[in-house]
Amino acid sequence: MLQITCPWCGPRDAVEFHCHGEAHIARPEKPHEISDAEWGDYIFFRKNPKGVHFERWTHDAGCRRWFNAIRNTVTDAFIATYAPTDPIPEIPTDDQGDA
Amino acid sequence: MKYNIFSLARNARTYHQDWTRAWRSPEPKPEYEAIIVGGGGHGLATAYYLAKECGVRSVAVLEKGWLGGGNTGRNTTIVRSNYLWDESAAIYEHSVKLWEGLSQDLNFNVMFSQRGLLHLAHTVHDLQEIGRRGHAIWLNGIDSEFLDVDQVREMVPLMNVNGRYPVLGALLQRRGGTARHDAVAWGYARKADEMGVDIIQNCAVTGFDIQNGVVKGVETTRGRIAAKKVGVVAAGHSSVLAEIAGFRMPLESVPLQALVSEPVKPCIDTVIMSNAVHVYLSQSDKGELVVGAGSDAYISYAQRGGFDVLEHIMGPLVELFPFVSRLRMLRQWGGIVDVTVDRSPILSKTPVENLFFNCGWGTGGFKCTPGSGHVFAHSIANGEMHPIAAPFSIDRFHTGALIDEGAAAAVAH
Ligand SMILES: Cc1cc2nc3c(=O)[nH]c(=O)nc-3n(C[C@H](O)[C@H](O)[C@H](O)COP(=O)(O)OP(=O)(O)OC[C@H]3O[C@@H](n4cnc5c(N)ncnc54)[C@H](O)[C@@H]3O)c2cc1C
Ligand SMILES: [Zn+2]
Repeated sequence: MLQITCPWCGPRDAVEFHCHGEAHIARPEKPHEISDAEWGDYIFFRKNPKGVHFERWTHDAGCRRWFNAIRNTVTDAFIATYAPTDPIPEIPTDDQGDA
Repeated sequence: MKYNIFSLARNARTYHQDWTRAWRSPEPKPEYEAIIVGGGGHGLATAYYLAKECGVRSVAVLEKGWLGGGNTGRNTTIVRSNYLWDESAAIYEHSVKLWEGLSQDLNFNVMFSQRGLLHLAHTVHDLQEIGRRGHAIWLNGIDSEFLDVDQVREMVPLMNVNGRYPVLGALLQRRGGTARHDAVAWGYARKADEMGVDIIQNCAVTGFDIQNGVVKGVETTRGRIAAKKVGVVAAGHSSVLAEIAGFRMPLESVPLQALVSEPVKPCIDTVIMSNAVHVYLSQSDKGELVVGAGSDAYISYAQRGGFDVLEHIMGPLVELFPFVSRLRMLRQWGGIVDVTVDRSPILSKTPVENLFFNCGWGTGGFKCTPGSGHVFAHSIANGEMHPIAAPFSIDRFHTGALIDEGAAAAVAH
């Protein structure tokens, strides 16, 4: 993982970017109606897969914009990057990404 | 066989050809009282105390690779108990007390060396943090001292205290220090084996046999093994195993790196850590400087870590210790550490009855190998969490009773 492809700027040095953890987590619509257990799950529990992971990144030292990425946590290879408003790309199940 | 001067002399006569193996490599039995998943220090210590103190001798430790090949054999070996909160003070100090008698207890030299440990302060904020923590540590009856910059300079003459972020003072725990990581795994393994514990390497757990919410055994790469109780002590892979068992663990797994220099004459006789400039350093008995780097800022199971993290550590290291710029670094490696949001471990029952987890030690669990193994063994044997372990339950992520050790544990390991 030496380069990351920003959806806006193209491939850039990995040190320009920062990861912000799991993507596609929605804040509960009615926080006052959910249980402590559900609230704890929302705040503290994150997916930690050994394999394909969906996450949020920022291009801090570039365009400073947020985007989403699909990455393989075993190889650190990126499978896809996409804008937050884009639909989640379909990925072939055998795609291991580019290291 | 007892290791002492006489056995050494006896074996010298046969040119050290006849030493017996330190532990057996038995075939797994069909059933055990207790199975420990993970043959790192914490798992082996758990098995040892189960056999020694809890009378549970039908125990197997299942390790997917080789003993101590996980974080136990990859860490920078710092031992200390100067944490902020009472719950942490209780478990880490329990551990330091066990360290103090461990070589005798195990009849194995774990090379525990209480050479003292300095937390440097570079900013007013750092001074306030060590001030608050230092006093909290006192209140818990644990040793800690404040040093001004002259005292720091006297202890570590080679350190440049006037760098870009000058050293303003330090917090010192004299009873802190280092130990030999491999020896800890080997020492526990040897004694546990002597009491009948089966240590089974190259045996990965791939599934759990759960019937009506109660664990009955495990599936492994060497077949199914039944057990009345199962303790999972799998560090970076704990959440993977939790998922197989059907529940979630609030953990994120990231690579943490370390490196060692070529060996040099003794020059640093204490442990130095700095959260502000993000570096920590000690010297091994072989003479290598042992340098701890940071972790990658994203989940990863690639057991190596990013190159930029190494670059990031060298700057402050050379700033603090200019002589290091002319040393060659010999080896670099990474380990996958399981980090919780409050930087405190999880020792807990789980939604599955008789299935216990001991994980979340993240970047700083080596120091607690004896303490964690000890209280976890008692918890498994009694079916109720030991009082020292109880606050570290997984329930805290739902009640909100977190044990926030971010400041005490962030960089300092
Ligand atoms: C670079 C680095 C520096 C560190 N520095 C320090 C320090 O200075 N001081 C400190 O206190 N701590 C430090 N730590 C943290 C410390 O190493 C760990 O917290 C501690 O060693 C954890 O011990 P363990 O026995 O729980 O884990 P491990 O030693 O990782 O053991 C877990 C074992 O479980 C096995 N396993 C996993 N999955 C399975 C499966 N499915 N079936 C069977 N077995 C399985 C693994 O192979 C592994 O051997 C550091 C860590 C790293 C990586
Ligand atoms: Zn960009």
